Amino acid sequence: MATKDTPVNDPMLDPITGEIRVIGPGHTFKSVTEKISRIVLTPHTPLGWYGGLFLAGGGATLLLIAVTWLFLRGTGIWGITQPVAWGFAIINFVWWIGIGHAGTLISAILLLFKQTWRNSINRFAEAMTIFAVVCAGMFPLIHTGRPWLGYWLFPLPFTMNVWPQFRSPLLWDVFAVSTYATISVVFWYIGMIPDLATLRDNSKSKVGQFFYGMIAMGWRGSVRHWVRYETASLLLAGLSTPLVLSVHTVISFDFAVALVPGWHTTIFPPYFVAGAVYSGFAMVITLAVPIRKFYHLEDIVTIRHIDNMGKVMLVTGLIVAYGYGMEVFMSWYSASHWEYFMMWNRMFGPMGWSYWVLVTCNIALPQLMWLRKFRTNVALMFLMSFVINTGMWFERFVIVVTSLYRDYLPSSWGTYKATRWDYATYVGTLGLFTFLFFLFVRLLPMIPMSELRILLPQAKIHPKDEPLPEAGD
Amino acid sequence: MPIQEGTYGLLAEFDTPSDLVRAAQTAYDSGYRRMDCYTPYPVEEAAAAIGFHRDSVSLICLIGGLLGVVAMFSLETWISVWAYPMNIGGRPYYSWPAFIIPAYEWTILFSGLSAAFGMLAVNGLPQVYHPLFNSPNFRSGATSDKFFLCLESTDPKFDVAESRTFLEGFEPVSVVEVEY
Repeated sequence: MATKDTPVNDPMLDPITGEIRVIGPGHTFKSVTEKISRIVLTPHTPLGWYGGLFLAGGGATLLLIAVTWLFLRGTGIWGITQPVAWGFAIINFVWWIGIGHAGTLISAILLLFKQTWRNSINRFAEAMTIFAVVCAGMFPLIHTGRPWLGYWLFPLPFTMNVWPQFRSPLLWDVFAVSTYATISVVFWYIGMIPDLATLRDNSKSKVGQFFYGMIAMGWRGSVRHWVRYETASLLLAGLSTPLVLSVHTVISFDFAVALVPGWHTTIFPPYFVAGAVYSGFAMVITLAVPIRKFYHLEDIVTIRHIDNMGKVMLVTGLIVAYGYGMEVFMSWYSASHWEYFMMWNRMFGPMGWSYWVLVTCNIALPQLMWLRKFRTNVALMFLMSFVINTGMWFERFVIVVTSLYRDYLPSSWGTYKATRWDYATYVGTLGLFTFLFFLFVRLLPMIPMSELRILLPQAKIHPKDEPLPEAGD
Repeated sequence: MPIQEGTYGLLAEFDTPSDLVRAAQTAYDSGYRRMDCYTPYPVEEAAAAIGFHRDSVSLICLIGGLLGVVAMFSLETWISVWAYPMNIGGRPYYSWPAFIIPAYEWTILFSGLSAAFGMLAVNGLPQVYHPLFNSPNFRSGATSDKFFLCLESTDPKFDVAESRTFLEGFEPVSVVEVEY
């Protein structure tokens, strides 16, 4: 795929294939190590980092206040009521966990498909997964109203002999999300061990050497260790793939198993998973664009990455569009009065505007990504990532609210209006997510150095009889 | 492990992975067995050169996964049929299709944890102290940009003088004698 619109002598183009490079030219094992470990090990913290941390910390504090007030007063401070008993809490839960899914997709599925371009972005995509799951996991818990009894969800031997009810999708969710959080953390940490060892060996301060030394667990790069490590990584990737698909499938069961019109449909699992990947990739772009700019990583997180992520978003966006189309079709084809009314109400009812926001953000505007010029324009892709995540938030709003507020019995119809505490909790999780991400970028290696080294031309093994390029004698 | 004294081994440093693989292969062919290579990223060829082909992580993972699925499915069955039977919409107590989903999640949970912690355990990690860390060039290079071959003193063929000459034949950057 040669690019005609880019100058031929562009250093970011591979002279042999004509494709945009995955890593900028001229990198060596040492330069990769130095460039990435310096971000963490430098004693000079950039002022911008403090500014960002402060702002994000403000958001996290807002969350703390909102949740404290919730614990004191109960869920009545939110806008939830009958018939819309699942408001922002469930919308945000599904939205956040969907965002997390791209991290797993990048680290697991692209690893299995040997898409080595992912090596530059997988670490912070995995971090994004974990922080998104932290935000997501909180919502169902605080939505229960008595989060201090949250342990009742687990099959623990209580003295009162009460056990969970395993036929409920809400309980399946407990197992899906807790497994997902655990496996994501383990995968992330295992992937980081060799890089933590690099930081241990490059750190100049005693504290750094001790801290990274302890969490690197004495990794020394033995090839025997590497072989087992690679096996474990592949196995974790192989396990994470069905896991990530199952998590959003189970979440869609929360809706699909119910009899509410607009929820009771078999298309939910695949369309939820595609939507999750869609919004997750958008969030990776939202994070990657400022990071590569701020830390001058343009030669490691290249236009090639932005372009490829644009393609993935285009595909998953089209799957999501198919899902919307099928929902509309089925509400007509099912010949069910309730389904038909639900769809009419969703499009033209009092909250119809939210459906059209969703269609604009998730279907119409992303079609611009068919253009290569658009996909390789970092600023436009950055804006697009916000458009898509807005659209995906509205998708969950449409599913939760516009299905619930007018179902079978007109005498039970109601409406839904979020309160300031709903907004405070949502904005608060955005703050918490960003706060954790700022800490991650400063304290841990955000780009996997060991995996980048594999991508360098120096990593190629020359067979015995072939003279080495370095052999000057 | 008892406190050991003397030489742990001889550590040869190389600049490129190809040099390392060549040296490791020759060392293996000349009869050295107790040795290891150290690289800043996985070099499968080096592992193959020192005769390391199979690892047990997959088996550990499989056992973990089987434990997970059996544990969860039997727990669900015991709870729903014997410990706390509840009539939920007239469904049978033994609603096995519903039980598949938590059991599936626990299969993944157990096999993932077994793969990760099994890998660490078989590797003998965490092990914060290792004699090789006494070598300054190892500390600055093994996790960054250098490639090492270590012939260990426990090898019957090992002899400090002879093995040093043998390693110097590969023209490494340096050969360092590592103490315990």
